[in-house]
Amino acid sequence: MLIKRTASIRSSEITPEDIYLNRRTFIGKSIGVAALLNTGVLSSFSAIAGRPYEIDPDIPTYRGPGWLEKTLDNLQAGPFRTDEELTPYLDVIRYNNFYEFGSDKQDPAKNAQAFKTDPWSVEIAGEALKTGVFHLEDILKPHALEERIYRLRCVEAWSMVVPWVGFSMGELLKRFEPTSKAKYVEFTTLVDKEQMSGQASAFSTIDWPYVEGLRMDEAMHPLSIFAVGLYGRAMPPQNGAPLRIVIPWKYGFKSIKSIVKIRFTEQAPVNTWQQIAPREYGFYANVNPAVDHPRWSQKLERRLPSTLFDRNTMQTLPFNGYAEQVAQLYSGMDLTKWF
Amino acid sequence: MVLVSGKRHLLVWWGIFLLGLSPLAWLIYRIFLNDLGTDPVSTVVKINGEWAIRFLWLTLFVTPLRVWFRWRWLVKYRRMFGLYALFYASTHLLAFIALMLEWQWSQIYEEFLERPYISMGAAGYLLMLALGVTSFKSAMKYMGRNWARLHRLVYVIAILVLVHYYWQIRSDYGEVLIYTGVLGLLFLARVLNPISRGDFRTDSR
Repeated sequence: MLIKRTASIRSSEITPEDIYLNRRTFIGKSIGVAALLNTGVLSSFSAIAGRPYEIDPDIPTYRGPGWLEKTLDNLQAGPFRTDEELTPYLDVIRYNNFYEFGSDKQDPAKNAQAFKTDPWSVEIAGEALKTGVFHLEDILKPHALEERIYRLRCVEAWSMVVPWVGFSMGELLKRFEPTSKAKYVEFTTLVDKEQMSGQASAFSTIDWPYVEGLRMDEAMHPLSIFAVGLYGRAMPPQNGAPLRIVIPWKYGFKSIKSIVKIRFTEQAPVNTWQQIAPREYGFYANVNPAVDHPRWSQKLERRLPSTLFDRNTMQTLPFNGYAEQVAQLYSGMDLTKWF
Repeated sequence: MVLVSGKRHLLVWWGIFLLGLSPLAWLIYRIFLNDLGTDPVSTVVKINGEWAIRFLWLTLFVTPLRVWFRWRWLVKYRRMFGLYALFYASTHLLAFIALMLEWQWSQIYEEFLERPYISMGAAGYLLMLALGVTSFKSAMKYMGRNWARLHRLVYVIAILVLVHYYWQIRSDYGEVLIYTGVLGLLFLARVLNPISRGDFRTDSR
């Protein structure tokens, strides 16, 4: 089902052309502004998406392998962005659901720091002409890195806005020449009990490895990306280094992290959460305020960070606000059944 | 061990009273340090809930501890442990309604009626409140034998609290299993070593 669809992209999600074309002057100007502000705390500064952001130098940033750092220098503004306020870098790297490193939100940031993400290889398998085990560097080489600023909505009713570094998922998948039998693509996370303390826990109901899947047309959608970084830097281990996916119109658990295997399949993969609790989590997991999780409401979300006296609660939008681009993928489907 | 009496009792009473307040003091200190993370409300609700359970379990353990280690003096402070369980359950509930749901009545209504784990917690809280208001000497005297009957509901509360905990978990049962194990141990001890009511001299080992 390799049907190429033209997505209608909302104008607010697109970087204005003049900013894009003049991004280097824009960066220059922004640096000038930073100098004028003379705050002395700006260690990272990006204006490629038309808006600067900063990272406090006291907060650790992560360096990827040399080949990745080189490509990060040429980071381009991607075709999608949101104007909403970014979730600060610190919150993005210290509040994570990555059960491989523990089930508390702060566990991954605590337990993933020694995680070895280089060298890294990825197996490509299943219904494709080119399969085998590849070095991550070789897989990524042809792809120019872009910044995509997406909303991220967790199934637990919190959300963030994250500037990801990545590239179109479809571009990469096409290179392995999936056959006509490839109806789905399945992703698998690393299993390594020594490095991933959460996998060694006797109390977890997860049957490792963590597995996720997409329908082929979802994977080929221009919003779907592979991500190797955030905030203009290499991906922190707790956020899914060295390779993860980001599917912004689906609940966060679909965006699988630390991927070691990509398999093209004819049958729909059974994703991990569906395996654990099929009544609560489906294959699609599209963000949908009209379909509650059996144990909690999905109508609202709290945009993080929140404070003690302001939870920063807002309405959740169908498809996490990306309905214009993706709703047609599901036309005719009963979304209360295919949740 | 000799029963603690007089001044010594007063000292121990104040010691335990202040220790019981220390989790709240620590939490307030962390609020001022801005140390509660990205989602401080969830942290506050969770910490208060955990202390409510810990004090409830401690209350339940007074009798076995008295028998096993002959800590008869502990009985004097059981009411305080129970009231602290109620106290932290109250701050837990208050944080849930005021900070998490921000007094949105329609939402509060929906959560309490449609979310079974919250209904369980609420039921447990109401029972605990009933035990709390009848925990004083005058109520004890007034109620006579019914007092003990009512206060045996503490076991029902413990089970409601555990269900309330279990139903929120997505995948990792580590912590709640520890609480369950500890409670199981207590029930087991009760079965293996029955304690007759009012028997303060049980010396069996």
